[in-house]
Amino acid sequence: MKRSNKRIIPGFGLSMGVTVTLLSVIVLIPLASLVIFTAQLSFSDIIAVITRDRVLASFKVSFLTAFVASLINAVMGVILAWVLVRYDFPFKRILDGMIELPFALPTAVAGIALTSLTADKGIIGSFFARFGIKIAYTRAGITVALVFIGIPFVVRAVQPVLEKLDGSLEEAASTLGASRSRTFRQVIFPEIMPAVFTGFGLAFGRCLGEYGSVVFIAGNQPFETEITPLIIMSELQEYDYASATAIALVMLAASFLILFLVNLIQVRNSKILRGGGKGA
Amino acid sequence: MKKNIRAIALLSAAVIGLVSFAGCSDSSDEGTVILTNVSYDPTRELYEAYNEIFAQHWNELTGQEVEITQSHGGSGKQALEVANGLEADVVTLALEYDVNAVRDAGLIEDGWVSEFPNDSSPYTSTIVFLVRKGNPKDIHDWDDLIKEDVGIITPNPKTSGGARWNYLAAWGYADRAYGGDEAKTKEFIKKLYENVLVLDSGARGATTTFVENGQGDVLLAWENEAYLSVKDYPDDYEIITPSVSILAQPSVAVVDKVVDKRGTRDAAEEYLNFLYSDEAQRIAGDNYYRPYNKTILNEYADVFDLNVDLVTIADFGGWDEAQSKHFADGGVFDEIYEGK
Amino acid sequence: MRKESKLVKWLLIGISFLFIFVMLVLPLVTVITEALKQGFAVYAEAISDKYTVKALLLTLEAAVTATVINTIFGLFAAWLLTKFHFRGKKLLGSLIDLPVTVSPIIAGLIFVLTFGRQSAIYPLLEKLDIKIVFAVPGIILATVFVTFPFISRELIPVLEAEGTDEEEAAALMGAGGFTIFRKITFPHIKWAFLYGVVLCAARAMGEFGAVSVLSGHLRGKTNTLPLHVEILFNEFKYVPAFAVSSILVMTAIVILVIRSVVEYIGKRESENVH
Repeated sequence: MKRSNKRIIPGFGLSMGVTVTLLSVIVLIPLASLVIFTAQLSFSDIIAVITRDRVLASFKVSFLTAFVASLINAVMGVILAWVLVRYDFPFKRILDGMIELPFALPTAVAGIALTSLTADKGIIGSFFARFGIKIAYTRAGITVALVFIGIPFVVRAVQPVLEKLDGSLEEAASTLGASRSRTFRQVIFPEIMPAVFTGFGLAFGRCLGEYGSVVFIAGNQPFETEITPLIIMSELQEYDYASATAIALVMLAASFLILFLVNLIQVRNSKILRGGGKGA
Repeated sequence: MKKNIRAIALLSAAVIGLVSFAGCSDSSDEGTVILTNVSYDPTRELYEAYNEIFAQHWNELTGQEVEITQSHGGSGKQALEVANGLEADVVTLALEYDVNAVRDAGLIEDGWVSEFPNDSSPYTSTIVFLVRKGNPKDIHDWDDLIKEDVGIITPNPKTSGGARWNYLAAWGYADRAYGGDEAKTKEFIKKLYENVLVLDSGARGATTTFVENGQGDVLLAWENEAYLSVKDYPDDYEIITPSVSILAQPSVAVVDKVVDKRGTRDAAEEYLNFLYSDEAQRIAGDNYYRPYNKTILNEYADVFDLNVDLVTIADFGGWDEAQSKHFADGGVFDEIYEGK
Repeated sequence: MRKESKLVKWLLIGISFLFIFVMLVLPLVTVITEALKQGFAVYAEAISDKYTVKALLLTLEAAVTATVINTIFGLFAAWLLTKFHFRGKKLLGSLIDLPVTVSPIIAGLIFVLTFGRQSAIYPLLEKLDIKIVFAVPGIILATVFVTFPFISRELIPVLEAEGTDEEEAAALMGAGGFTIFRKITFPHIKWAFLYGVVLCAARAMGEFGAVSVLSGHLRGKTNTLPLHVEILFNEFKYVPAFAVSSILVMTAIVILVIRSVVEYIGKRESENVH
């Protein structure tokens, strides 16, 4: 049955053509030039470039901060999605509407604002400074900026799943005597897990490459708070295109891998969505 | 199917058309010349003032109007963009090395350094310390910077032209202090960078970190940047001139390929030439750059400390050698961080 | 049991509000208060500055163009990925999403490599007198790139949930592709579509990293509003920098209000249908 609908609906050729053409012009050809430029280096050169201590350290900083930030966003995202779907309370619409703000606000503006808030002189920074905790110009600062950038991803991935998940399963579970936390753990959690992973993956990918907001807040100390995109920038400034593109290629491979995993999960996820929507 | 292909072709054409719609270059018409000056961060105020007097000068000379489009950013980044196709008629960058990068891209002819007086540097500057009012950490010279409780703000020499001057000035001091003992000099530089709190990517970013966000005890800065901060906040900061510093020579050049293509050579050359006029030299002095013209420099003797002992880039064997020894990947700067 | 649940409810709501307040509201308030620090006159002067207005116009131009291109693309791609089965579908889906996770710096870099001076096609572009990098087309391309999947991502889940039954039936009855789309598919996706367009426009206005690599920062020519903010900031003109930022903040808020309204109407409509 699945195969037969291949050509029943018209427009396959046209939509395939437009999609592939635009995808090639905007995404694939430009990305290919990155690969071509890297190909100027031999394989061992590429390895030498990307295993330099400073580059490795920057990978560590980038991956670590992006991971922590996405983890925070995963937890907060589930809470936010849960609150927005299940509860009624004043100002709910405003809260809901604000989630996408990080998409709409220029990252540079966000970076500048967050830096002035979290520096020792700022409102948040001075509070933490009393306990001897520094935020701006440390890895904590980078994480704060990345949490800001990644907020919408998990919320918006989990929200539709929670909406589709009707209360009947939970009701059944609680009638059978399951406690609230057990219902959540064993009934709800498995259902929203793929969506959480999707959101986490997208946020992680986005955070890994973030530049605009991070440079303002990071302090940019080699080995401490220097992120990989900044290394790429500094290689470019030394007119070392080959190194810059080699490092960029590693980042690119990472983002593609993340996305591919996300899409694998999403295929399963959409089955749940469809099953929840239509199967009931 | 044919219809589809036609539709796709049409669509692609529409997209390309849409994108390149605004892409046609604006050429100068008869009455107006448009020049693009690609410069580095701390020259904004200088060229804002200079462009006005040049427009007047050019109008008196030829009857033409002249419009100047400015672009500012980190010197290395700006050079790179010109090398990549940013159409600049003139470049006015932080150091010779960056102009050489544009030359190496085939856009500027060899020998540009001798095209204008004083190695094509119409104004010079040096590196000084900006400290908080009253100088609470008692900083007077370079060796005070390696004391344990001193927090330094300076940009990253790998991404900022100005930061390379900072680094070389410190090296110049240590080199003299240790009588040329390189191991000791390196040790000094290493200690100095261990005290660096924030390594911004550009000179302006570093100033913001020090001034607005209140980080650190001392900012290593271009003399002109330091004076601007003191002018804006006279009660908060003061300038310390160290015993040894470096003669920072920002370089200017006409981008030959571009001016020949656009037919703007005359205006571009005069634009740089006029920088050496008395009027322009005073504008440089007013913006805290040291004028090349000695007589005018002496008019500003009460502003600048003219007694500071200045090393020059020639002491480092020129920019190419300094670059490859200190700042290239695996150079001394990497070494001091990797040895941590 | 209910009491405990209520406690949990308000605790979770409290956490949500606190989180959003600290992470999103405070930065916005900072921008606005800093912008108005020296009074309204300074603010008005900053936002009516010649270069600010030019930057605003360029930002709008780039955002509108990018949204138009991505709308065309998003509709076709979503249709392709949900109505047909073919090999490599998963790969295609991943490729379309790729721009979201590509670092903006890399996004800028790839266009410089493709259309800049060391590219193979540069001589051709030069002959035709087409400037792409460090000119407006480059800015538009970068903006299209970073917002590339925004519309298709909104449409795909809706189309997927809807299935293909109705379209198949219509096709079997002899309706053409465009008619099917207009009469059957579009009513279903109308709200998701508008939502995607709004998001795409919002993101397009705020793009900084990629555009910064491609712009050349020519004052009054290739400076978008976010770049203009950076420039003002670098000129130590903090109040004007925050004033210009506040334009972007307010645009973002307006766009998000529109988005909420769109979503609200869409939800009510779909509830009425049921």
